[in-house]
Amino acid sequence: MSILIDGNTRVIVQGITGRDGSFHASSMKEYGTKVVGGVTPGKGGILVNGVPVFDSIKEAVAATGADASVIFVPAKFASAAIREAADGGIDLVICITEGIPVQEMIENYHYVKARHKRLIGPNCPGLITPGKCKIGIMPGPIHLPGRIGVISRSGTLTYEVVYALTKAGIGQSTCIGIGGDPIIGTGFTEILEMFEKDPGTDGVVLIGEIGGDEEAKAAEFIKAKFSKKVVVFISGRTAPPGKRMGHAGALISGAGETAEAKVKAFRDIGVPVADRPDEIPGALSQ
Amino acid sequence: MKLFEYQSASLLSEYGIPVPHGEIARDPATAAEIIGRHGGTGVLKAQVLTGGRGKAGGVKLIRVGDDALKAATAILGMTIKENPVNALYVTEMTEIKKEYYISVVVDRNAKCSQLIFSSAGGMEIEEIAATAPEKIGRHPIDPFTGLDEASLRRTFETSFETGMLAYQALAIARNVYRLFKEKDCSLVEINPLALTAEGTLVALDAKIVIDDNALALRPELEVFRNPEEYSRDEIDARTASLSFVSLGGRIGCIVNGAGLAMATSDLIKYYGEEPANFLDIGGSSNSRKVVHALTILMRNPQVSAILMNIFGGITRCDDIAKGVIMAKESLDIRVPFVIRLIGTNDELGRRILGDQGLEAYTDLNEAIKKVISEAKRVSP
Repeated sequence: MSILIDGNTRVIVQGITGRDGSFHASSMKEYGTKVVGGVTPGKGGILVNGVPVFDSIKEAVAATGADASVIFVPAKFASAAIREAADGGIDLVICITEGIPVQEMIENYHYVKARHKRLIGPNCPGLITPGKCKIGIMPGPIHLPGRIGVISRSGTLTYEVVYALTKAGIGQSTCIGIGGDPIIGTGFTEILEMFEKDPGTDGVVLIGEIGGDEEAKAAEFIKAKFSKKVVVFISGRTAPPGKRMGHAGALISGAGETAEAKVKAFRDIGVPVADRPDEIPGALSQ
Repeated sequence: MKLFEYQSASLLSEYGIPVPHGEIARDPATAAEIIGRHGGTGVLKAQVLTGGRGKAGGVKLIRVGDDALKAATAILGMTIKENPVNALYVTEMTEIKKEYYISVVVDRNAKCSQLIFSSAGGMEIEEIAATAPEKIGRHPIDPFTGLDEASLRRTFETSFETGMLAYQALAIARNVYRLFKEKDCSLVEINPLALTAEGTLVALDAKIVIDDNALALRPELEVFRNPEEYSRDEIDARTASLSFVSLGGRIGCIVNGAGLAMATSDLIKYYGEEPANFLDIGGSSNSRKVVHALTILMRNPQVSAILMNIFGGITRCDDIAKGVIMAKESLDIRVPFVIRLIGTNDELGRRILGDQGLEAYTDLNEAIKKVISEAKRVSP
């Protein structure tokens, strides 16, 4: 079992003719993901590594029955791609693109929500149900099928943690990067709710960072409604206040947004927080 | 990106919000000359991109008979929270009867913008929130339909003594939001919004922050860019599409991905050393970024060893390895250089490095311990 995606998920790649879109469409296909089509306006009719390209989401959905899409288009066009996917009947939209202005993202968030669709990202690595379906840019081989869920605001740090889990023989049910921007489609709490209900998930690793209050909300939720094991890792303990640390959302603008405050929020409710990524497997099995 | 007060004031004015007349002075004589032209009175305000200016003595009221030249010289010689004062904004003096607060901010938790109004202006909003939270009104803004003017009008009608002032305040709120939207801001804050002795509302100080993501997509916003906000390294890093923050230690870091870059800095500290910097080469990296990153790190005389930590995803390890080879050929890398390489195309990357006699670690802890021991070896 898993959450959001499995071996039956049918995926469209928006921006499939670009450098990243074509590379990762192939990589997802090789992993076993059902990549059923791609969209690049004006390039309909061609094939990219055996994947048919369409001019629009509407055509792609009609021809392939896709239910998920992954967006690789540049920031300037990413909002249009998100909205087209939501309008075109795609239930799960994953936006990899980094650099969408925050006010555009506010509008995108409400646009997608009003259509009852789910957006993951933007500025995220995507998600993977190991051995079944990979939608995103993470390296497939570091993952191992299993029963631990992983949720993270980061990309490469998630790989680091997954790598540590796999090395310790701990497999994953689904790993999700929710994105490093201030406004994202799906937060920690919603994903925790899904993992709570998933019979295939025994516990969760949550990877947070400085900025915002997603972690504080997650801690409240865990205390009130989450029955499974959780281990947390927080990055940014050495980050100076007021400086944007790469992610647009990784900026300390209040006392509650520091790494220390977040570590404390989890420790106060008895959730273990690892100091190093390689301590996480041990903390999970305690 | 933060704007200076004088830039913010000129934007407010462009959007129809009343501000006092002001001019910029970069030397004491110019400041004194401006004061002289205005009958020997005015306000000297240090232009720095940080808060706490007033408490640090960076604002001085000049009355008839005061020595404007001396006051301007003093402020222009100050450093406020590590920011040297390079310019003064010289404005006319305003007689204040009462101070209010108004801002529009992005509320990341409610996933909308929000207008904040308080009748307790003059102090920082965090201070109002701590001392008089009941005096803060928060008005969520629907991204598609805009300000809820009915609710704002009610607030202003109870907060201001006359209908005329409530009307003025609503016009200001409308214009603040228009500016916030049109210039892709993440913050527009007027504090204080002052009621003058003449009975009108004037924006006496303002803080504007423009969204960095919008800046990258909208070249017309470049005119507001302030080189003072960033160090030379940060500017060069941005030109090369790298994200860089100086951290003051001696272990140079080059990492792909912001979360991993923060975690790498944290781990260096965990093992008892200090990171020199945060440097994220970003995703989809081309080989040249590695060369740019190493160039910036090599300029820092404090760096005694460098760690490059790459976990390939959208970044391909072979691109990184090629970048390392290019850098080796074009730069004098005079300190120990420890590489950790894993993820997408890592075998290929490792082979490229191996052909040049370079090794790469797979385990992060080992790589960090190694770079620390190397730093201690070259400068104990």
